[in-house]
Amino acid sequence: MEQVTHHSDPHYDQEASKLGMWLFIFTELLLFGGLFIVYSIYRFLNPEAFRMAGHELNQTIGAINTIVLLVSSMTIAMSTSALQKKNKGLTVFLLEVTIMLAIIFLINKYFEWGVKFDHGIWPGSQHLINDMSKGEILFFGLYFVMTGLHAIHIIVGLVIIIVALRRVQEGTVHADRPSLLENAGLYWHLVDLIWIFLFPLFYLIH
Amino acid sequence: MEKEKHHIVEYKTYVYVLMGLVTLTFMSIGITHIDLGSYSVLGALIFSTIKTVMVLTWFMHLKFDQPFLRFMVLFVAIVFLAVIFITFLDYYFR
Repeated sequence: MEQVTHHSDPHYDQEASKLGMWLFIFTELLLFGGLFIVYSIYRFLNPEAFRMAGHELNQTIGAINTIVLLVSSMTIAMSTSALQKKNKGLTVFLLEVTIMLAIIFLINKYFEWGVKFDHGIWPGSQHLINDMSKGEILFFGLYFVMTGLHAIHIIVGLVIIIVALRRVQEGTVHADRPSLLENAGLYWHLVDLIWIFLFPLFYLIH
Repeated sequence: MEKEKHHIVEYKTYVYVLMGLVTLTFMSIGITHIDLGSYSVLGALIFSTIKTVMVLTWFMHLKFDQPFLRFMVLFVAIVFLAVIFITFLDYYFR
């Protein structure tokens, strides 16, 4: 079987493709890692302000979004198994569920940020500058930058999953050539991993 | 090696991992409602780290991939922790 796949396309290397994706994930980890270090230093320097500002965030929406992302991580992981088992219908269905969950996450985020804007809280807003301490301004600055950057990753992931879905439907991604779907999955799990740390650090401050 | 490449994870394995992750999420919410002072951050981070290891091991297939990928991930994690440690040494003893 290896002979067949090998001769059908000499340029296709599943392991190398996966390795490349992991290297990219490491660069992403350093990007967010840097932000996490900035966050921890400022929290260390302004513990009270961070705690007060943290109470402004809606823990319920945060928790719902955590569950949504965890479930979506499971569905995309399952879709890879379904592809390997040559069950195209189930692969497509699981990817569609993943896409739906990603959209639900973004809708929640939209309402969550909307409430903050209604309360006059956005980077550089008058309410923030006039009525809040330096530590609280830092907290909300980091909150918008880090959850915003994460939301951009969700949107990018969404596009990648839609492309993978189309390729599965077309039949160019299949059991012997699963790299695009596998790498889309790895990227999506990375987005999930980042949220696993964002949630307790921003929403669970007491 | 050929067997490793084609390892297919059962659906139910993923369901169990998800159930574990959801449980840990609720536990991390629960622990922050108990007043542990400065330890509550530590508690939340420990839960997050366990969840990360679970996602890396099963969802990201590291358990079934070649060992060098695991070493690379471990190496990057250690480098990152070292950077955090050194940065905090600087701020803590200023």
